[in-house]
Amino acid sequence: MSGGGRTVGAPPAPAPGAGPRDGRTTRRPPALRLLARPEVGVFLGAVAVLVFFLIAAPAVRQGGSMATVLYQSSTIGIMALPVALLMIGGEFDLSCGVAVITSALTASMLSYQLTLNVWTGVLAALAASLAVGALNGWMVVRTGLPSFLVTLGTFLILQGVNLAVTKLVTGNVATDDVSDMDGFGQAKKVFASSFDVAGVQVRITVLWWLVFAALATWVLLRTRYGNWIFAVGGDQDSARAVGVPVRFTKITLFMLVGLGAWFVGMHNLFSFDTVQSGEGVGNELIYIAAAVIGGCLLTGGYGSAIGSLFGAFMFGMVNQGIVYAGWNPDWFKAFLGVMLLGAVLINLWVRRTATRR
Amino acid sequence: MNHDGTGIPGVALPGAPAPKDTPLVELRRAGKSYGNVRALYGVDLVVRAGRVTCVLGDNGAGKSTLIKIISGLHRHTEGDFLVDGRPVRFGTPRDALDQGIAAVYQDLATVPLMPVWRNFFLGSELTRGRRPLRRLDIPRMKETADRELRRMGIVLDDLEQPVGTLSGGQRQCVAIARAVHFGARVLILDEPTAALGVKQSGVVLKYIAAARERGLGVVFITHNPHHAYMVGDHFSVLRLGTLELSAERCDTTLDQLTDHMAGGAELATLKHELSQVHGVDLDAVPEGLGDTFPEGTT
Repeated sequence: MSGGGRTVGAPPAPAPGAGPRDGRTTRRPPALRLLARPEVGVFLGAVAVLVFFLIAAPAVRQGGSMATVLYQSSTIGIMALPVALLMIGGEFDLSCGVAVITSALTASMLSYQLTLNVWTGVLAALAASLAVGALNGWMVVRTGLPSFLVTLGTFLILQGVNLAVTKLVTGNVATDDVSDMDGFGQAKKVFASSFDVAGVQVRITVLWWLVFAALATWVLLRTRYGNWIFAVGGDQDSARAVGVPVRFTKITLFMLVGLGAWFVGMHNLFSFDTVQSGEGVGNELIYIAAAVIGGCLLTGGYGSAIGSLFGAFMFGMVNQGIVYAGWNPDWFKAFLGVMLLGAVLINLWVRRTATRR
Repeated sequence: MNHDGTGIPGVALPGAPAPKDTPLVELRRAGKSYGNVRALYGVDLVVRAGRVTCVLGDNGAGKSTLIKIISGLHRHTEGDFLVDGRPVRFGTPRDALDQGIAAVYQDLATVPLMPVWRNFFLGSELTRGRRPLRRLDIPRMKETADRELRRMGIVLDDLEQPVGTLSGGQRQCVAIARAVHFGARVLILDEPTAALGVKQSGVVLKYIAAARERGLGVVFITHNPHHAYMVGDHFSVLRLGTLELSAERCDTTLDQLTDHMAGGAELATLKHELSQVHGVDLDAVPEGLGDTFPEGTT
């Protein structure tokens, strides 16, 4: 209170912040401003891993191997995109790994048991996946509980339901083969076909992955919805106070994860014809890791969609690169762990350097 | 230190334009209970265009509850809340914004990690194109943000810089400029000077005066009577959830304000008790505390 008293007697001085710059801040150099982008660290990391395996494993240099690496990356990357958006929005979804299988199981069993065109199953699975996402989102915004806990719950529920319902319906842990059903060929074209690029067979998921990544980046950086994602993750209360529809944004983000799970689930189904009901467990952590390596801040409000693309590529590259290099694939997980820690440290260092004033 | 409240050199006495008939915002015997806790009750408050209404009070006096009612974060549970003479019940801050009531909060005014221009337009983004290709009109947003900030006297060389890297005063000013730009008729400022140094506080007080000149009704919430007295036209002092004082500028002095704010009677008792304790030298009581004692007891 006495501090305020001092201003009473003082003439109204031209205040700092008013008028021209006071010379205490300088413009940050463009190179530093570029480095401040969240995906720069992971881009350099992806290039490093690529160069490393190009040298260490000559087999990687063939087009076919690269197509395999990209395919592997795309199945991770398609999910890592919505997971990254959700993380920027300040939430997690631990159920997204098994949600992929839930979606595939729904489509497969519904069309097989009722002898329907597979597209009916595909649409039903879409509805189911979006519903799971909406339920996750609704529970999180409604209760205010950490999404970590809420989705841990749905993760366990889905895992149990996947196994139990599949056994109940088919008497087996896997679903029946749907490859001779109506509409299968069409659906396979959309979700699991290949196309030819200069004599190399490339899986269509790679194409979808790139399209989705471009779309997600555009939405995040160039639309109102993207602005809201950053805002609800950065400071939920501020966002609400200035009129951002926080609940809508969060629920739709969870539904986007559902959409991704549906797409990858359909790819699994039409790629392998049957679905193993116990799969998917643990994949959620890989998606989350790809998003974090891609420059997303675990606490929300900062990150990039395109970064998760490079993050997923690093995963695919290491996974296949170890095989091509002829090393024991048992080392894969250890390698991944080192990569994750390395990427996080590099990101941290880059961000500190770039935002230092 | 000049705290006798007699002369305020360098600060023009706030001119009070003739009040219009209908206040922009009016509270009548309004209150709010959280469960069985009565955070606020029996509060009358009038906000008119071109006037600064100061709401003062110690921590826990109910200032935050009051601002939350007016800005639409909480609904009042007692009394009436009128905007332009019509009773309202806001469900969300959006409802309040649509009525031209904008709040600038002490700590939740902005999203620290987002660039200045994104923060400026947050919740009211400019777009171009049609769905589904509707996108942010980034050049126009940056241009407008820059112009409005300059008008408030803030020159930033990089609108991409995260708001979190601005100084406290600059951040407040960004929020105030934003509210003014979006056509706020009523501006609620929640302790805008609380965390600021002397000079930065001066900047914010100048903007409060500027907002009044532009014809806005300003609600200035503070626990600093000196700041309030420099810009206020009307003073409402809250204490323990209800009005302790409601007075026009002409009917009150800085000392009275300070006195009411600190709970004068209680302080006098405290001072008396302290004087009974051996070894307490009253002249050594810090000035900041001393100047809250009512005149005549010393």
